[in-house]
Amino acid sequence: MYLVFSFTMFLLGGSMAMVIRAELFQPGLQIVQPEFFNQMTTMHGLIMVFGAVMPAFVGLANWMIPLMIGAPDMALPRMNNWSFWLLPCAFLILVSTLFMEGGAPNFGWTFYAPLSTTYGPPSTTFFIFAIHIMGISSIMGAINVIATILNLRAPGMTLMKMPLFVWTWLITAFLLIAVMPVLAGVVTMMLMDINFGTSFFDASGGGDPVLFQHVFWFFGHPEVYIMILPAFGAISHIIPAFSRKPLFGYASMVYAVGAIALLSFIVWAHHMFTVGVPLAGQLFFMYATMLIAVPTGVKVFNWVATMFRGSLSFEAPMLFAVAFVILFTIGGFSGLMLAIAPSDFQYHDTYFVVAHFHYVLVPGAIFGIFAAAYFWLPKWTGHMYDEALAKTHFWLSFIGMNLAFFPMHFLGLAGMPRRIPDYALQFADFNMISSIGAFMFGATQLLFLLIVVRCVRGGEPAPAKPWEGAEGLEWTVPSPAPYHTFSTPPEVK
Amino acid sequence: MAENQTYYVPEQSKWPIVATIGLGVTLYGLASILVNGGRGESTTGAWVMFMVGALIMAYMLFGWFGSVIRESRAGLYSAQMDRSFRWGMSWFIFSEVMFFAAFFGALFYVRMFAVPWLGGEGDKGSSAMLWEGFQATWPLVQNPDPEAYPGPREVIGPWGLPLINTLLLVSSSFTVTVAHHALKAGHRHTVKVWLGATIVLGLSFLVLQAEEYVHAYQELDLTLQSGIYGSTFFMLTGFHGAHVTLGTLMLFIMLVRVFKGHFTADNHFGFEAAAWYWHFVDVVWLALFVFVYIL
Ligand code: HEM
Ligand SMILES: [Cu+2]
Repeated sequence: MYLVFSFTMFLLGGSMAMVIRAELFQPGLQIVQPEFFNQMTTMHGLIMVFGAVMPAFVGLANWMIPLMIGAPDMALPRMNNWSFWLLPCAFLILVSTLFMEGGAPNFGWTFYAPLSTTYGPPSTTFFIFAIHIMGISSIMGAINVIATILNLRAPGMTLMKMPLFVWTWLITAFLLIAVMPVLAGVVTMMLMDINFGTSFFDASGGGDPVLFQHVFWFFGHPEVYIMILPAFGAISHIIPAFSRKPLFGYASMVYAVGAIALLSFIVWAHHMFTVGVPLAGQLFFMYATMLIAVPTGVKVFNWVATMFRGSLSFEAPMLFAVAFVILFTIGGFSGLMLAIAPSDFQYHDTYFVVAHFHYVLVPGAIFGIFAAAYFWLPKWTGHMYDEALAKTHFWLSFIGMNLAFFPMHFLGLAGMPRRIPDYALQFADFNMISSIGAFMFGATQLLFLLIVVRCVRGGEPAPAKPWEGAEGLEWTVPSPAPYHTFSTPPEVK
Repeated sequence: MAENQTYYVPEQSKWPIVATIGLGVTLYGLASILVNGGRGESTTGAWVMFMVGALIMAYMLFGWFGSVIRESRAGLYSAQMDRSFRWGMSWFIFSEVMFFAAFFGALFYVRMFAVPWLGGEGDKGSSAMLWEGFQATWPLVQNPDPEAYPGPREVIGPWGLPLINTLLLVSSSFTVTVAHHALKAGHRHTVKVWLGATIVLGLSFLVLQAEEYVHAYQELDLTLQSGIYGSTFFMLTGFHGAHVTLGTLMLFIMLVRVFKGHFTADNHFGFEAAAWYWHFVDVVWLALFVFVYIL
């Protein structure tokens, strides 16, 4: 359910990205009005973050965590069900703002005040409630994950024997519970400023618009890790399976994820170097941000070490996983460049930032989801997917994605600002390449739909354990896994 | 996890969908009230929608909790389920803590950075040029732009009503603990008395709080619109008050359940959850008392 919803949103958010890239195909205003363009960038960001990536990971959690820890289902199934149904409800409200007087939210997915308060369209109030509903949904989903993991593990499965996907989700759920209420708090302050005359973000009443950014990014930075940690987990299953070697450095992986999560609470102002944070603050946030690269590096090193001298084979999940490691590392490096406060003065709000976060989110979060989907599809459906088509999907996505986002680095370094519908002539060539890549990437995703539908419909029957090197409880049960698989818990040595 | 049992997986339930529709309709209605009202259009339709949503929510709450209570009474829940509920409630309270943390964070930021900067202090003091002559004080009675945000005449001191309210809430935390011990010891009658006392204390708190608001609005001109002091003051105390209301309601339901004889000495998670929540509300109040009223 979650996965279907998430894919629908992925296509919707994707088509908005296509509008953006179509407009940016050539300099000048051709297709859409600037006003509508802004609505598209805003909605694209919101839908991809909250509608596609997060529900996809929650979906994977709902399906895989019980199987991996030997539980019949999630700990609080009804609450789980509610947190799912809230999502379509929230997005119905969000999308309906497109048709309202004054248009949809147009202030970017970060909805900075006062753009979103004093100067926001009337539909902002609806947007705020949509965020509230999503927040309730995420918090309940996360509570459920934690309760399941802490309480429903099979006898003998100690914490340090838990599969990494479970570990990463445990930590992600903690992050969610810690920061989603803060998001709720910040949108509530917006609501009050807009409708009840408070002055949280208005300096003439003694408030401060920068306060908005602090509170938002206190949520926002952990949020980006919420979107990547579960992918780390899935990749840590896939790489050992196709290297036919156990994961290198299990314990250090667990500690690295923990360290990343803790650090993610003290780096938020790296998004705000240019707003005039005091010097001491800039230094602190700069070094804290760079510190995150250390545990991240540990993880990359461990993945590579796992592959080293393994007997590798490259089925679709592994292709996505390897691409994940390489491309995510590129995104990590551009992150480090942005983390250097003085150079960020130059890069901030240019396409360089856009390139950075698309490199960590597309080959990071999205490829992680694809890899996980191919890896576990046989378990879910009981059929093998079409390997040749899946490889095509991979290569087209890989090429399309790089074509779309790599040139953005150059655009950004040359000074092209983000969130504009028109640009100076010297940026034309790279933008055209980028748009072509984006169309290619977008169209390729229809292929994924085809592959999954065909796999659900039929195909070669899958054995209980389709991947020779895979480990874990989920492979001990038949494919597809029966309803409420482990009614009585299995023993784990 | 030595003591795993077979886990009870409840049958499909319609409540989650009802709850979603209820919440969606309520909030959509509320947003329409605000937006249409802001434009000066009629809000009747929006009110109808809001009320319908609220009714659905009420129906859902009764139905959902009703069925949970029935299942629990039928002995369907194992010790392991009980632990799931406990984890669930603890993490829920943690999320509430973070919700308040956002508002406290805003308060600290404004007091320590934003307002002093506007008054010309430190290396960000250049923002003082925006409103020359603005004096940074706390409580902020003179806003940077008094035209847009006329400041309050006076603010509420801590040693009157707020102190009484503190005493009320602290003692209510105490009474609810006594009730809990009595429940564990199996003295039903004592539970009724002390739980009832807790509810009375909670209600008196709410009444006094309401009085304080009336006083602030009518005599002190301390309102939501009176700049950042009013904004943070009403935001923090208002959300706290809402939580006290919810907590009192929960305790009241527990009292009804005690009268019906629902709880046993060792199976009363509903009661404990309400008591935890009540302690949490109390702790938030103490933080409020210190940071909003005294300092
Ligand atoms: C080594 C790790 C990383 C570092 C050092 C880093 C650093 C940064 C910095 C300094 C910025 C702000 C740039 C600016 O606005 O001027 C930024 C933006 C961003 N980063 Fe990262 N980052 C890292 C990893 C990640 C990951 C793993 C994700 C998500 C999966 C991510 C997602 C984002 C997003 C979405 C933005 C842009 C937000 C916006 O303004 O819209 N980053 N990063
Ligand atoms: Cu960040």
